[in-house]
Amino acid sequence: MKAPAFDYVRADSATDACALLGQYGPDARLLAGGQSLLPAMNLRLASPSVLIDIGRITGLDGIEVRGNALHIGALVRHETLLRSATVASHVPLLTEAMRHVAHPAIRARGTIGGNLAHADPASELPACMLALNAAFHATSATGARTIAAGDFFTGLFQTALEPDEILTAIHIPLPVPNFFFQEIARRSGDYAIVGLAASGERLAFFSVSDRPVLFHASAPLDLNPQTDLQATAAMRLHLAGVLRQRAMTALGLQP
Amino acid sequence: MNISLTVNGEIIGAEVEPRLHLGDFLREHLSLTGTHLGCEHGVCGACTVRIDGALARACLVLAVQADGCVVETIEGLSDSGEIADLQQAFHDRNALQCGYCTPGMLIAAQDLLVRDAAPDRETVREHLSGNYCRCTGYHAIVDAIVTTAEARRHNAAVSGNPGIEPGHH
Repeated sequence: MKAPAFDYVRADSATDACALLGQYGPDARLLAGGQSLLPAMNLRLASPSVLIDIGRITGLDGIEVRGNALHIGALVRHETLLRSATVASHVPLLTEAMRHVAHPAIRARGTIGGNLAHADPASELPACMLALNAAFHATSATGARTIAAGDFFTGLFQTALEPDEILTAIHIPLPVPNFFFQEIARRSGDYAIVGLAASGERLAFFSVSDRPVLFHASAPLDLNPQTDLQATAAMRLHLAGVLRQRAMTALGLQP
Repeated sequence: MNISLTVNGEIIGAEVEPRLHLGDFLREHLSLTGTHLGCEHGVCGACTVRIDGALARACLVLAVQADGCVVETIEGLSDSGEIADLQQAFHDRNALQCGYCTPGMLIAAQDLLVRDAAPDRETVREHLSGNYCRCTGYHAIVDAIVTTAEARRHNAAVSGNPGIEPGHH
């Protein structure tokens, strides 16, 4: 359970990180909090040749309201997000969801940008971003661009980020409608068997596909979930229906 | 790669490979074997330490990432006396059997108690949800932590220490 050998460099800025990504090529990986990447490396599921540590870049850890959006820097740690009064008052869905993300020691180091770029289909945050219609800000050597959450998650652990791009911030449009969040897991902090993050009539399910899946509240639940060691496809489909019903009731929506 | 960090109050310089995680660094380079390694992928909590005052899994932090940081292990928390009462409560309540999870349990419990002077049992269980114990069934561990919280509140009230229990001042 030890990671294979790799080289390690530190980036001083987002620009520097992009340059290093260009220099080291596709075998390099960005290291932020490392709470998903390092387990994958210890399990030898990932073996990057170079880790580019972006954890010390300053200026990417802010949380603030900017105009009609909540700005969250990519290096904001989970614990900071969970305890942020700004987040709790403007996007309480995130505060509720963060209680379900892993355990205190993991939350103390994991970052929102790392979580989203990792694109784990069982993770809470990607589904929240989909429900909230968030915008992802990315930068590369050739410039910056914005990616809608709906276009960001492209497959299992896959995102729309280019190999030389770095996620710098997330913008959530304000104000947000009423929310609902629940997940069904065997134990506190475990990956969800099925979860649902809803913002108004936008219902985003997680742990039901290779990426989070968004439905409008009026649309039928057209899911084809996977069977794995945790649950069968039929059980997942049933639980997704249960969560959808609970959300509709909680949000006062017509079934 | 050369790193310099503070471990239990002592400044340490070392040359390490990037792949070395902090848990192995503490155990193999510094002989601080109180930090236990169980799963080595962040699930069991046996390797819990404090980095710059916050909980961390030593198996999920590279030694090179800890460069310039303040690391505290169970040896440091024991020697300073910071958790002497908690350790005694674990002893009194039989909150350990094999002891493998105990250093991580103590550090995680102390992390909760410094933030929440009066946690209920559910809060304690939630805070320890990332620390596995295969011996005790957890009840005795929760007992010890709740007992320690009560005793600390009592002592704070008696000594008139402000800020711990506002209702008494």
